[in-house]
Amino acid sequence: MFAVLRDLIRYNIEFSIGLVLVGVVVIFAGLSFLAPVDPSLIYMTIPDQPPSAQYWFGTNSRGQDMFWQLSAAMRNSLLFGLTVAVLSRVISIAVGLLSGYLGGWVDRVLMFINDIFVAVPIFPVLVLFYFVLRNNLDSLTLALIMACFGWPFDARLIRSVALGLKHREFTRHAVFAGMSTRKVLLEEHLPYVMPIVFSTFMNNMLWSIGLEVTLAVLGFTNINNPTIGTVLYWANSHSAMVVGVWWWIVIPVILIVMTFLGLFLLAISMNEYIDPRSRLRRMGA
Amino acid sequence: MHGYLLFVGKRALQLLAVVFFGVSATFLVTHLSPISPVEAALGRMTARSNFAPEAIAAMRAALTDMYGVNEPLLSQYINFWSRLLRGDLGPSLLAFPTPAMTLVMRAMPWTVGLLITAILITFTIGNILGGLAGYNQDNRFFKAFGIIAIGIQPIPYYIVAFILLIIFGFLWPVLPISGGFAMNVTPGWNWPFISSVLQHAILPALSLVLVGFGGWFLGMRALVSNVVTEDYVTYAELAGVDRRTIVGGYVMRNALVPQLTALAMTLGGVFSGTVITEQVFNYPGLGSLLIDAVNAGDYSLVLAVSTVSVTAVAVAIFIVDLLYPILDPRVRAE
Repeated sequence: MFAVLRDLIRYNIEFSIGLVLVGVVVIFAGLSFLAPVDPSLIYMTIPDQPPSAQYWFGTNSRGQDMFWQLSAAMRNSLLFGLTVAVLSRVISIAVGLLSGYLGGWVDRVLMFINDIFVAVPIFPVLVLFYFVLRNNLDSLTLALIMACFGWPFDARLIRSVALGLKHREFTRHAVFAGMSTRKVLLEEHLPYVMPIVFSTFMNNMLWSIGLEVTLAVLGFTNINNPTIGTVLYWANSHSAMVVGVWWWIVIPVILIVMTFLGLFLLAISMNEYIDPRSRLRRMGA
Repeated sequence: MHGYLLFVGKRALQLLAVVFFGVSATFLVTHLSPISPVEAALGRMTARSNFAPEAIAAMRAALTDMYGVNEPLLSQYINFWSRLLRGDLGPSLLAFPTPAMTLVMRAMPWTVGLLITAILITFTIGNILGGLAGYNQDNRFFKAFGIIAIGIQPIPYYIVAFILLIIFGFLWPVLPISGGFAMNVTPGWNWPFISSVLQHAILPALSLVLVGFGGWFLGMRALVSNVVTEDYVTYAELAGVDRRTIVGGYVMRNALVPQLTALAMTLGGVFSGTVITEQVFNYPGLGSLLIDAVNAGDYSLVLAVSTVSVTAVAVAIFIVDLLYPILDPRVRAE
């Protein structure tokens, strides 16, 4: 594990950049646990102060210190992405491994359901959920709904690997040794798909955080819960760009771009690591 | 030919299933929710004025009748389908008494036009450049391009659209940032209208192209760099086949088959992106309509937009799938 990490840092500049970007964002989000103010309170400081030594990221028109506000927002956004990614990974691993190993009608039924989920445009569906649930739509509910839509691409990917594993010697040995299907899948096949799970984990986080930002900016989530999206929502509703409070918009946009770039670089460098051909080319072997 | 028909038949069956489940899910989500459309509509209507209790009761009865919510769920469901097949989803409350379907159909061409333009541009340019970058791996220009593609690709639609809006709306105002066409032109087949439409489409289309382009570029580059190591490419090179024929006829064509699958799989996502972009640029398509409908609490309009978009995306995926045999002769022959 550590050897892999060391190789990645040494030979893969994308991985190092991604690690630094994500690291900075995670540390910044972690600072929210030390916050001296409750980020949900408003009019705690002088409104509309530009960035200064006292207020590093300025203050917004709602009288909040943007540094602590964004720190809490970043933490909530990252936690949201993590929740969706973990939940949808569980579904995609279960569906992908089962479908690839069992084959036959189980495979056909699961892939049929899979294709239905792929075809549904997610954004109108999420708006529909907001429309019927209104203020009952908290982060956890939204995460659950998005997890239900975030698995099909990756399940197909995992299935394609599992299909190959099924005919390998060690699978046959395991079956002859009397291992149950559950044991074969969890102990023999799962380790092989773990690299894919990690790289799709990052991609899934990107996808879910991006969708949450979009929904929140339009005001379609709980707008009192600070996330990067709701920070932008409030900035828009106070016309921050027009009245010249640019730091209210520019800083969160920079933060979200950093997060996305970092996660994306981690995902693609891990993807490359999975493919031994490109890994060897990079190492110059 | 027989194999192709079988393929089309299978895909058509899947299309029907997707539409059926998608529309059913839309129906269930809206009808199992704890919020009654009747009470929601009544609340909005009576919020700003005083009505006599009898008037409210009469309105409640009329709305209950209109939505048919007092019937059992199953018969509501059957009614919903029978009306849907006739293209009727009830009147919109936002623009009463215009049917919700009419509003959706009015917004449809804008979204479809934007979507098709953006997809054609991103898919063509992304794949051609990606293919060339995969074939000429040491070219400095393509390497720089790859870095730019990686930088822009992961940023969500909303943020890209927003940054464009800030640049072209506040910092360097040269392009129209809102609406589908200028106020002072008459819609129709005249040049001022068409040029106005094109001008207004530049920014929304640009935001979609910027976000979508990188994925195709990176995907194609990876695919092509795998294909060029195949034996038949080496053989063609040794046999002295023209380089352009190799790249266009053998390498790109073979790498395009998985890209077409990817196109079908990402259509739903691109559609969602269009919806968001429209909202940012106030473009008169399905996205703006959906957001307006949600904000106004327009029950039948939300249902109509969701139903139509699920169906439209499924049909579009079906059409893309039918293109397979053009690229892959094996599908034609079997």
